[in-house]
Amino acid sequence: MSRIESWGRTPQVQHRDIVNLQWRDALPDIGGMSETVLPFGNGRSYGDSCLNDGGVLLRTLAMNHLISIDEEALLVRCESGITFAELLSVLVPRGLFVPVTPGTKMLTVGGAIANDVHGKNHHSAGTFGCHVTRFELYRSDGTVKMCSPAENPELFSATIGGLGLTGLITWAEFTVIRIPSAFIRQENFRFANIDEYLATSREHDAVFPYVVSWIDCSVRGKGLGRGIYMGGSFTPVERDAFNEPPVRTRSLPVEMPSWFLNTLTVRLFNFGFYHKQWRRHSRFRVHYNPFFYPLDAIHGWNKLYGRAGFYQYQCVVPYATAPQALHELLRTTAKSGKASFLAVLKNFGAMSSPGMLSFPAEGVTLSMDFRNEGGATLKLMNELDTIVRSAGGRLYPAKDARMSKDHFLSSNPRWDEFRKWIDPRFSSTFYRRMAD
Amino acid sequence: MATSLAIIGATSAIAQEVARIHASRGASLFVTARSPEKCAIIKADLLARGARQVDTAVFDAQTDFNTRDIVREIAAAQPECCAILIAHGVLSDNTLCAGDEHRAVSDFTINATSVIAVCTQAARWYESHTFPSTPCIAVISSVAGDRGRGSNYYYGAAKGAVTIFLQGLRNRLFKKGIHVVTIKPGFVDTPMTAHIPKNPLFASPQNVARAIVRAMERGTDVVYVPGFWRYVMLIIRLIPERVFKRLGL
Repeated sequence: MSRIESWGRTPQVQHRDIVNLQWRDALPDIGGMSETVLPFGNGRSYGDSCLNDGGVLLRTLAMNHLISIDEEALLVRCESGITFAELLSVLVPRGLFVPVTPGTKMLTVGGAIANDVHGKNHHSAGTFGCHVTRFELYRSDGTVKMCSPAENPELFSATIGGLGLTGLITWAEFTVIRIPSAFIRQENFRFANIDEYLATSREHDAVFPYVVSWIDCSVRGKGLGRGIYMGGSFTPVERDAFNEPPVRTRSLPVEMPSWFLNTLTVRLFNFGFYHKQWRRHSRFRVHYNPFFYPLDAIHGWNKLYGRAGFYQYQCVVPYATAPQALHELLRTTAKSGKASFLAVLKNFGAMSSPGMLSFPAEGVTLSMDFRNEGGATLKLMNELDTIVRSAGGRLYPAKDARMSKDHFLSSNPRWDEFRKWIDPRFSSTFYRRMAD
Repeated sequence: MATSLAIIGATSAIAQEVARIHASRGASLFVTARSPEKCAIIKADLLARGARQVDTAVFDAQTDFNTRDIVREIAAAQPECCAILIAHGVLSDNTLCAGDEHRAVSDFTINATSVIAVCTQAARWYESHTFPSTPCIAVISSVAGDRGRGSNYYYGAAKGAVTIFLQGLRNRLFKKGIHVVTIKPGFVDTPMTAHIPKNPLFASPQNVARAIVRAMERGTDVVYVPGFWRYVMLIIRLIPERVFKRLGL
């Protein structure tokens, strides 16, 4: 707990100080601090966007009070340090759910806004930021700014997806949705290659509010990009609709040796995952936890990659260039032999994000994990960058520790507009990489 | 299960988690804190989590125990409330206390004297009334009160005083059917200990809170959280003083 690291565990940096926030009525004087600050929630960003090397982190995890839940208007107001896990433990028993959730519930509400997170329902609901109605921003000059589409709209738009650089979100208000139960009716479709994926998603994306696809990127040739398309929707059940079945969580108390995930084990895992789905199509019911948060069942799974940590690579490419770009990305990855243990595909919808720097854009997003093996891993990702750039795509800052400044600036046309809203006393390792 | 619970010092991370468990079950709560702003933050949080009713009082244990009967105030707001958790306290800086006797005494007042005062008020009220369920007085003491150690004996002495006081109170109230629960947490990862580097011995406030709720429901006399501290402290208590004084603890 004492050493602060991001989820990918690389880079390892030293902070001057960690300030724990607990009460929004007694916030520290940021302007009086000698170093720059950055809000830090629960450390689920993968790279360096949540780190502030040599500076101060404002930890928000203990600032986690609910303010109100309006079940009529479907509005929740809470402090920024509360995690989705805590929030869901209060919402689900009342038949409510967060409007958008990423693949972990261990993130905080502040982190969800700062990274304008997306989830399995991006094609039907947009990003989390699309559902934020207002929030309060504490700036280093000691002022407090109310932000909404009507009040301080530019600051509102800069802060959503603003990587924590525009000030400290003390509390936020967002809409929630009604659910008929805590269970999902899930349908799986197996696809044999990337072209079949594109056809399957074209056919079924309109049917399911929640969709994600897992792909096996260790296979080359005809089966390149084979995988399983998983669609789901909340479904009514006869009884115990909102009961929490006991969740068996395991934890990984020690980091695994770095060879643990090697080409062979990754291939075995992927082979098993693909062939477990022995029918082309299956249909079943699951609780929302395994559907949305399969990895949360293993605490500290990031230690699977050993001491040196890992990189996550998430890009989005427009539909027009996607078929060719995905082929090339997967071929390059498979050929490198550094096949990702977890690779995920998803189509982003047309709904635009309110944030100036929001990552999602209409197109296909691919995300892969790579164990940090130094130069060879960086070289592979640079090759992938070339493909993404020529396809007109971009990378997700929340998952990045190495993208080039050039690529970031050219793929984020609103960067100059965004910079005007940065709080002068806020900074991050990622920001300095892009701005200096 | 208590349908009504009072908490003195509700801003402590552990106390907040205890309150949240009760709130999620629809209980009524009476909470005290030093500032009206924090009272309001806690009240909104507990109501949003499902508490039936939340009353608050601004109460500074260091001074107010002298002039106010806080238990009477609780009884006036929630007459059925017969469970109280006393959770306020400061983690004394031993070096500062050793150099400043005023600070040492003032910390002792918060950690011990005021706790004894509030327990006395609660005992008086619970003894003289009949309640639908078994009354319970629970106090967060500490493993630090089990033996004086060179590095934190100011804090330890106050917690030790509380532990011994509760032994006597339990002994007297047993015949009247009133539970007295002594809670002895080890290291807990809270803002109180934010400056201490963390190790695997640290427990989360949520886990400590669950143990406290269980102990109060069952009327457990003394509970160490996490449980392994019972054995750690047993060993520490068994070391002869002749040896103990030489150890750097």
